[in-house]
Amino acid sequence: MSMAETLPPVTQQGLELGPANRKKTTGALLYLDDLKVTFDGYRALRGLSLSLDRNEMRAIIGPNGAGKTTMMDCVTGKTRPDTGTALFDGTHDLLKLDEPAIADLGIGRKFQKPTVFESHTVADNILLALKGPRAGVASLFGWRNRVEAESIDEILTVVGLLPHRMRPAADLSHGQKQWLEIGMLLAQDPKLLLVDEPVAGMTDAETEATAILLRTIAKDHAVVVVEHDMAFVRALGCRVTCLHEGAVLAEGSIDSVSADPRVVEVYLGR
Amino acid sequence: MARTRLIDPKGWIFLAALAAICVIVPLLNLGFPPGSALHLPTYLVSLFGKYLAFALLALALDLVWGFCGILSLGHGAFFALGGYAMGMYLMRQIGSRGVYGNPILPDFMVFLNYKDLPWYWLGFDHFAFAALMVLAVPGLLGFVFGWLAFRSRVTGVYLSIITQALTYALMLAFFRNDMGLGGNNGLTDFKDLLGFNVQAQGFRVSIFVATGVALAIGYLIARFMTVSAYGKILIAVRDAESRTRFLGYRPEHFKTLAFTISAMMAGVAGALYVPQVGIINPGEFAPTNSIEAVIWVAVGGRGTLVGAALGAVVVNYAKTVLTGVMPDAWLFALGALFVVVTLFLPRGIVGTAMEKFGGRRAAATLPPEPEIPPQLAEEGQGS
Repeated sequence: MSMAETLPPVTQQGLELGPANRKKTTGALLYLDDLKVTFDGYRALRGLSLSLDRNEMRAIIGPNGAGKTTMMDCVTGKTRPDTGTALFDGTHDLLKLDEPAIADLGIGRKFQKPTVFESHTVADNILLALKGPRAGVASLFGWRNRVEAESIDEILTVVGLLPHRMRPAADLSHGQKQWLEIGMLLAQDPKLLLVDEPVAGMTDAETEATAILLRTIAKDHAVVVVEHDMAFVRALGCRVTCLHEGAVLAEGSIDSVSADPRVVEVYLGR
Repeated sequence: MARTRLIDPKGWIFLAALAAICVIVPLLNLGFPPGSALHLPTYLVSLFGKYLAFALLALALDLVWGFCGILSLGHGAFFALGGYAMGMYLMRQIGSRGVYGNPILPDFMVFLNYKDLPWYWLGFDHFAFAALMVLAVPGLLGFVFGWLAFRSRVTGVYLSIITQALTYALMLAFFRNDMGLGGNNGLTDFKDLLGFNVQAQGFRVSIFVATGVALAIGYLIARFMTVSAYGKILIAVRDAESRTRFLGYRPEHFKTLAFTISAMMAGVAGALYVPQVGIINPGEFAPTNSIEAVIWVAVGGRGTLVGAALGAVVVNYAKTVLTGVMPDAWLFALGALFVVVTLFLPRGIVGTAMEKFGGRRAAATLPPEPEIPPQLAEEGQGS
């Protein structure tokens, strides 16, 4: 954290943060501190803290129920934590915003189960995701009705779906839907992409292609990838955070994390 | 970007058919003297006009149900409100020609010992004001109701139930005499509209054509909305509402806009219906009317617009024929029709035709075939 010394804009916003926290938030694009979530008595997050730099790629691993998806729910406004801090870009308090407002700030999300608009063509899926005005009246008359095919095709080329542009998304294979959803994320052009299990149900070749795709995206976007496939995580070549029982168990390079005896104990080993 | 045309082939067929009807029906009625084999009696002109008004209501319902997944079981309320706005204008036109000869107060108010005209009747002696209210009253109710419901993320069955409650509550309210709108008798005995005698043959033909034109305009508005990016987002909301939220859209805005426009269309349909049938009463708010409208759309094919209009005409024609032959059988026939369509023609007449002749792609944007919710399926098995 090289930028930790500069004072964050947080203080100007009058957010009440302790001195220790203030230091930590400075450079981080995403800053989570002590998030706690309880569902009907089940403690899904028990003081999760995490910090992500601009244009950083991070892989999140951990056993089922470790809180990976809940963490993403908190960041995107789907779940409100009981306590904790979640700051985006140092200034935006994510816990005060709803889903569309958070998406508007520049946080995009891909779901575990690929969620695309099945009735729409592949091209229209991208069209609806494209960065631009989101208001109802604007969509009746405005800009989105005059989008040129090129800007859509550009994205479809990146995710390798150009030949399928006029097919209904419902007709795509599982893996292609995953890519389409990643393409929609790209079209949104967010600062941060949250990608939940992108290679679930993919063949080895598709998995490899996805790793390359995500690494390309990570050049100018911050990316958080939740994944179980350790070979894939290794192929991403980024920092790894292992969650366990709603908190961070270990963090570091893939080698150091996978060598950590506690990680082996709860997740890798057995 | 390859964009869907505003008027597609089935749209052209629809508009051409509508134009033909609007020429042929007046021709057969006015062009041939009564007694001629080709003469179309005036009462049939009004009956067909009623079908067209219902078609516009069905179109309005399809806009929200077919494209946005909002199954409104209360669209009859907007239809009736538009009808009442028109009825109030027609009442004020009676003037001193009423039974009691009171130049200000309609007969029912004299009968109920009203001293003055209630404030909400003011302005209804002007056609322009009444026409504005035909749009504004249903529109405002649709907007407020939609905004509250959609903002609270009420969807599915729960939303359907509260729309049903809405129309039921309005029915009870309009039945009361102190509502100042004629109680259970409603508004009737109309004399003239814009100076034309509402019983006259020429007027009957004119309002029939006006209803046809309104249906065409309603179709074009609905079509414009649904082929624009707005319509694509509406369909996206229908299919995966939470996904649109994570893309930064506010589904409640899109739904409220569609619901409001739809309510206004239903209001216009009601306003055109009232002069043709000569009465508006609280029975129009009855939940069964709204449910019947849902059946028209299902029969014609939801999400097709043209199908909704066609469904309304077909089902109502069947109703006219059947209630003439066997009055008691109609509700059974309607129920059977709904079951048959759901089981064997889940996409309705036009939806099935699109699938058959237009191929997979043409049918892609249609709403997914209705799925029986698991709890209902289980109940079905248990009984």
